[in-house]
Amino acid sequence: MTVPSPKNPRFTSIADHALLVEFGEAISDPAHEAVLRLDRALTEANLAGVRETIPAYVNVLIDFDPIETDHASLKAAVETLIKTAKAVALTPAIREVLVCYEGEFAPDLAEVAKRTGLTAEAVIQAHLSGDYQVAMYGFAPGYAYLAGTPRDIQLDRKPAPVRGIEAGAVMIAGPQCLVTTLTMPTGWWIIGQSPTKVLSPLSERPFLFDIGDKIRFRRISRDEYLAAKDRG
Amino acid sequence: MVETVLKIAAAGPLISIQDGGRAGFMRFGVPASGAMDKKALVIANRALGRDSAAPVIEISRGGLVLECLSGAVTLALVGGGFLADIDGKPLGSWQIFTLSEAKRLTITVGPWGSWTYLAFAGTLDAALWLQSHSTHSQSGFGGGKLNKGNALIVRDAEIRPDLEGAIPCPVWARPRHLLHITYGPQDRFFPPNALKNIIESPFALTDSYDRMGVRLSGPSLRPEGSLSIPSEAVLRGSIQVSGDGIPAILLSDHQTTGGYPKIATVLSDDIDGFVQCRPRDKVHFQPISPERAVMMARQRQRVFDAYLATLDRRRDTSVG
Repeated sequence: MTVPSPKNPRFTSIADHALLVEFGEAISDPAHEAVLRLDRALTEANLAGVRETIPAYVNVLIDFDPIETDHASLKAAVETLIKTAKAVALTPAIREVLVCYEGEFAPDLAEVAKRTGLTAEAVIQAHLSGDYQVAMYGFAPGYAYLAGTPRDIQLDRKPAPVRGIEAGAVMIAGPQCLVTTLTMPTGWWIIGQSPTKVLSPLSERPFLFDIGDKIRFRRISRDEYLAAKDRG
Repeated sequence: MVETVLKIAAAGPLISIQDGGRAGFMRFGVPASGAMDKKALVIANRALGRDSAAPVIEISRGGLVLECLSGAVTLALVGGGFLADIDGKPLGSWQIFTLSEAKRLTITVGPWGSWTYLAFAGTLDAALWLQSHSTHSQSGFGGGKLNKGNALIVRDAEIRPDLEGAIPCPVWARPRHLLHITYGPQDRFFPPNALKNIIESPFALTDSYDRMGVRLSGPSLRPEGSLSIPSEAVLRGSIQVSGDGIPAILLSDHQTTGGYPKIATVLSDDIDGFVQCRPRDKVHFQPISPERAVMMARQRQRVFDAYLATLDRRRDTSVG
């Protein structure tokens, strides 16, 4: 079977209600860019019968209503969209996320510094310098996987997850970074805490990030953190 | 208007408020949730003349005891073959009845099925999260899990003696042991014997069964090599195989993405019947083409619509 690419995507029909469009088998920038372009084109095209589209690292899953359309019709429509989507310029929004890296808000900062051979301040500077992009969501509601953690502070996950990590934890693992939205167990390294609401279930815009958005972290002090939390 | 107050006097595990689900948020990490047996939820609501997607109580084999503290309300109990009684007076499953003040409704596991639905001739007061009352089990958001001591309020509660009586239980609502699948999307990662095993051997449901999914036991479906794929979206019905060769079918509250290869995917219509199976029940998989899968979905939707139309006629001709 040929390996799919942005030029030569692979279409896989799934059950009675989904179509998988793959632009690669391994994570790469060109494959993810093709994902973002198709996702945007699908959103704008609003094809009949499409219930939702779920972009990931190298592919887009399209869930459809089998009463209204079928795999072949959708595949034909998507092939046309991919051709036109190539010309579309991607203009990601830039979102700011505040982080306090102090004391109890950064329980793993010292360990990350030790394992990377950096000072705690250098870990913070490295984290702030990252060029982050929302690659995909997964694991739990609002868990946005941010690609772009600088190489200097990339670490494998902890051998065993730690339970009860509060929402708002800013954590890293490998090339990824994540701001948590729920109290959950995690094996990632917690280097800060954010008062920025990335999930506001009751608001008009429940999720702060769209897939493809660029994220900038801004450092705040403990007092600023507490003040931001007070404002809710 | 009348407000009826109910109290949970006893509740087993995995009992929660569910509705038609929250479609459209998978891209943000949120599965649709909603009833495990979607058709049973629709039937329960439609039998009472309510919106098909209205919130109901989803009851597991753990059972539920509800006490009516004040007011009264007519209810529909649909899905599975559960046992029910009001103060010891037996009721059938698939039935509409009225619960009045100081009475106690007991629902317990019966001869077949894993999930049953209690719908209300009124509006069940339930928290809304991302446009739906469905409880997302991982976070508890939405209408919520129900525990002993919780109170429930039914607004605009109606007493409808005209609707009381049995609701026909169609044969397709029974537990389904033959599941239609399409191969993939990662069937290429599996050796020929795994692709043969999945269609030639029975697989049993295990006790590892909740709203997120169910693990199966059967011959190993171990994928070739130590493969991990970049995380990608998964679906209700995905048959995901972990590195040790154990398959799991993902259900209503599944995580939205995963990195395990999926050998096949079960048709959505078959999932409603599949969830009514119980641990140790055996299922077989039958591969079909995606074209055939779409044809079956359309044909089965026609059968379901025709059934719902008979429910509507039955309701419209009942005497008040």
